[in-house]
Amino acid sequence: MTEEIIIAGFGGQGVLSMGKILCYSGVMQGKEVSWMPSYGPEMRGGTANVTVIISDERISSPILNAYDSAIILNQQSMDKFEKTVKPGGILLYDGNGISRHPTRTDIYIYRADGAEEAARMETTRTFNMIMLGAFLKIKPIVELDNVIKGLKKSLPERYHHLLPLNEKAIHRGMEIVQDIHVVKKV
Amino acid sequence: MEEDFVLMKGNEALAEAAIRAGADGYFGYPITPQSEVMEYLTAAKPWERTGMVVLQAESEVSAINMLYGGAGAGKRVMTSSSSPGISLMQEGISYIAGAELPVVVANVVRGGPGLGTIQPSQSDYFQATKGGGHGDYHLLVLAPSSVQEMADFMPLAFDLAFKYRNPVMILSDGAIGQMMEKVKFQPQRPRMKDEELPGWATTGKTPDRERNIITSLDLDPYRQERFNRKLIEKYQKMKEEEVRFETFQCEDAEYLFVAYGTSSRICQKSVQLAREKGIKAGLFRPITLFPFPEKQVGALADQVKGMLSVEMSAGQMVEDVRLATNGKVPVEHYGRMGGVIPTPDEIVEVLIQKFIGG
Repeated sequence: MTEEIIIAGFGGQGVLSMGKILCYSGVMQGKEVSWMPSYGPEMRGGTANVTVIISDERISSPILNAYDSAIILNQQSMDKFEKTVKPGGILLYDGNGISRHPTRTDIYIYRADGAEEAARMETTRTFNMIMLGAFLKIKPIVELDNVIKGLKKSLPERYHHLLPLNEKAIHRGMEIVQDIHVVKKV
Repeated sequence: MEEDFVLMKGNEALAEAAIRAGADGYFGYPITPQSEVMEYLTAAKPWERTGMVVLQAESEVSAINMLYGGAGAGKRVMTSSSSPGISLMQEGISYIAGAELPVVVANVVRGGPGLGTIQPSQSDYFQATKGGGHGDYHLLVLAPSSVQEMADFMPLAFDLAFKYRNPVMILSDGAIGQMMEKVKFQPQRPRMKDEELPGWATTGKTPDRERNIITSLDLDPYRQERFNRKLIEKYQKMKEEEVRFETFQCEDAEYLFVAYGTSSRICQKSVQLAREKGIKAGLFRPITLFPFPEKQVGALADQVKGMLSVEMSAGQMVEDVRLATNGKVPVEHYGRMGGVIPTPDEIVEVLIQKFIGG
């Protein structure tokens, strides 16, 4: 199993930390992982993205131009990454602020309105965990137990009181994700 | 079992590995994309753990001269920087090579020339392998391609530096520095005790021996030439004993990618993609860039139809590949610059276009 994922959105949406938690979950499940951020001008405001690879084998290139899954959190990222999903792959997006919705017919498209849902929770910072939950519902590449362990390992101890809230957000994401487009089997 | 692994950036792994390698001191000045090295060290407070000194100098020039002093006293000292900062250090590195002192310098390369970009590049290959500063000298250059190797090469670099009394460079780039992967560390090595310091160290003259003098200056041309010859012998010994490399699907390869560091990771994927298209590609990855694995690359020239040197530069290592193959096989270069990272499939396209046609 090798899963190549791009997570992309605005700086501050928790893109990089979502990737980190996914990686830690993979580590907990005994997988090889790599986390390659865009660290350039992007992290100084504007868009942020991270390439996450989770695999049973040693990972070759940490930098890719085609992905099994894309988690897209803003319009710029949609414009940039919709075309990079491999045919038969998955595109999950948050509908908030999206004016041009994905149009590909050869990929599986899912939508989870995480930003809207996060606004109903104790803090909007749960947004990235809602989206992670939505993704894991579609593609359970790591077991939920390991995600919780990964979350614990990646959060500094002073934030451990927020673990139950994050777990709740993951479950919310799993509930709100909806199919938009399913590839027809030929 | 997985508890033994931690997830870390390459820069952080390098820093933790330095502490565990029993380093006595780190002297540096912040620059993207390697600032996490000093950030990690200051947060880890190794002065409480092992007594290691961590000091932010007022500039790179100052940092490298602190290394000169520390190494002269026989201590395990290191610095890290990125391209423009490494350029500033070149005078000091030349002096250190001339004084035959063991230091470790990590260069987390970014694109240039000048301030260039903060994105990854491999455009400092010439500077790292051909001397860098003035005078006839070489660094021993190790090129990690993973976060694990950022950690593993740190104690190795110190060992080689002391074995040869020569500066060792760890040449990585912004991608490896910023990327997070699983890493497992070697156990903590003790720092050297005073009685374990090398005999040449300037630790204060005792009545039973001559004064130790560390200098890179000799005004007698014949003595200086003898010294230059001694350095050549040292580099020759490195060529015989320290060449390190890795091959990937070379056994039946008809076309060979030659790539180091980040590029070698990308090319590994390119090998896979090329083979899916029925092209027998392989990868040769130099781990030591100086000494360059010239014999091993030369031997593969008899087997393959073409070699493609893939670098994030305008074409630097390709010159060493051409020297090693000496015209026996066509050698081409493919490079991206300015912080652009080539993608696996674009490299396969270039291979097809340059060697196979169609």
